[in-house]
Amino acid sequence: VSNFSEESILNYLGPYKGNGSAVLRSLQLVQELLGYVPDSALDIIAKNSNVSRAEVYGVFTFYSDFRSTPPAKAVVKVCVAEACQASGSESLISELHDKGYDIHKGNIKDDIQMEQTFCLGNCALGPAAMVNGAPIGRATCEKIFAATSAVTA
Amino acid sequence: MDSAALSMGANEVAQAISDHAAKNGLDVTVVRNGSRGMLWLEPLVEVETQAGRIGYANVATDQIPELFAAGLLTGSSHDSCLGLVEELDFLKDQTRITFARVGVIDPLSLADYEAHGGLKGLRNAIAMTPANIVNEVTESGLRGRGGAGFPAGIKWKTVLNTESDQKYICCNADEGDSGTFADRMLMEGDPFTLIEGMIIAGIAVGATEGLIYVRSEYPHAIDVLNQAIQIAIEHKVLGASVLGSGFTFNLEVRVGAGSYVCGEETAMLESLEGKRGMVRAKPPIPALVGLFGKPTVINNVMTLAAVPMILADGAASYQSFGVDRSRGTQVFQLAGNILRGGIVELPFGITLGDLVNKVGGGTHSGRPIKTVQIGGPLGAYLGVESWEVPMGYESLAEVGGMLGHGGIVVFDDTVNMAKQARFAMEFCAEESCGKCTPCRIGSTRGVEVIDRIVAGEEQAKNLELLEDLCEVMTDGSLCAMGGLTPLPVRSALKLFPADFGIKVEVK
Repeated sequence: VSNFSEESILNYLGPYKGNGSAVLRSLQLVQELLGYVPDSALDIIAKNSNVSRAEVYGVFTFYSDFRSTPPAKAVVKVCVAEACQASGSESLISELHDKGYDIHKGNIKDDIQMEQTFCLGNCALGPAAMVNGAPIGRATCEKIFAATSAVTA
Repeated sequence: MDSAALSMGANEVAQAISDHAAKNGLDVTVVRNGSRGMLWLEPLVEVETQAGRIGYANVATDQIPELFAAGLLTGSSHDSCLGLVEELDFLKDQTRITFARVGVIDPLSLADYEAHGGLKGLRNAIAMTPANIVNEVTESGLRGRGGAGFPAGIKWKTVLNTESDQKYICCNADEGDSGTFADRMLMEGDPFTLIEGMIIAGIAVGATEGLIYVRSEYPHAIDVLNQAIQIAIEHKVLGASVLGSGFTFNLEVRVGAGSYVCGEETAMLESLEGKRGMVRAKPPIPALVGLFGKPTVINNVMTLAAVPMILADGAASYQSFGVDRSRGTQVFQLAGNILRGGIVELPFGITLGDLVNKVGGGTHSGRPIKTVQIGGPLGAYLGVESWEVPMGYESLAEVGGMLGHGGIVVFDDTVNMAKQARFAMEFCAEESCGKCTPCRIGSTRGVEVIDRIVAGEEQAKNLELLEDLCEVMTDGSLCAMGGLTPLPVRSALKLFPADFGIKVEVK
């Protein structure tokens, strides 16, 4: 993923050239393309959208979806919101912690990264989790690691 | 293909059914539909028989051969067989209007949609004047389902009567409140209803552009909506001349990026303009100065999805449901520690206790209920003494509660309410856009003060400080994020002071 050229990104952002209201979408496109938004991409987006780097940086840092470093092969989102708290998410989170994953920090271990999220919209089947976009209801450590091993293998 | 059903293995079950049928030369058509909203039964398989649709609950892939052997295709009985799905008490007792087609039709079949009453509202609207469409919506009594409950017709009228070269319809599908999932289920299970509602709104106020702002946590909903929009364009339901009427309406999905506050309408507009999701001061209201400064209708998914039915069956029909100034149906969502969690669409007026205990069956853990939180992270906690309260905007407000988006999160007696109050402040600190001081700083101080109260440090003094903080946040915040965070905090404290280790009396 680290092999990218300014040209390839500009190519990708082509439809948004000169469009100052497309900063958010440009960041999303770059992250879709590379898995993260490298620092140099902020300059490229600024130039392409005809806005300052500061403006792009401001948008980049506001939204929690954006990453400045490449993600792990398996990205696990674990819900920490109320409905999942009511369904035992806390003990799931501490079990994951015991296995070396701090969802509040989002550290990477064995190609797996676990992150907190506020609500996945699966509030009647909590605790809710998501592995690379695939939802897991009534989540347990077993279910989560079964899903991650399918994508890291 | 509802993501809650997928989370329990629906894809694998569908695949196993297809595989088994192919292997055995059986003539089986597998239709992927949305969910009925009986989420505790997922994966739910329904078999179309002459008598009706027979359901099989919690189907696992390794059960498929056994189910086929037992006569799955003819709806024969089996331990997991529920009988006729529509005769189940949970569904039979509901009034499904907005959710009439969800879980029934193939979400991406426009023909199926039309066969179940779809596009009738739009066809009626095309034959009406814009002012008459707005009147019909006003007469129906439809109020904004996003949380604020503002009359939809009045909002539309403002946009209709504002002159502009460009107007917008923005659908707020940033359903970030924990305990709510109705928007997601409708977008995944019946996307054409939302699309039809937005086109009607466009014709009514003179807007040619529509945007649906969906949160990134809903990848399946985004995917279904994009496919549905493409199909609608191909069938000329969207585009330069809607159903040959001469009206133009274009629609596009925009994806959020993990910010809760972008569900606040003005923050959403900023985000749609590609900026940080910073809340705008109101006035001016978005109906006058909205997206890119143009008059904009902003409605929630549930509000817009109620519109086709109102135009199809008339305002009087919709208005005939409900109580007082809460008209029509509300799509309640039973969530958290609940036995029968899911979608309950009913006229306003059912009591909270009936909804949670009779319909929902109490807790999933089997323990007694301690409290419920209604209306998301910014909603109040209510205790069992509120069981008799009828579910409606005003009736809930009378007991200090808030209906919000209709999500109800149930907690059993193991919950510690000081922790929940602390979480409310913590969440606010994490998700505050930072524009106004009461929200940005108040929430951080709130966490600290609650910690001191729980630790037993100068309780009386710190309780006074917390109360003062809540007052400033309520009165001084720009939007509901800071303004309503005190609601769960104060209600938790008032109902369960013992959880905070409080020895003094709480006002």
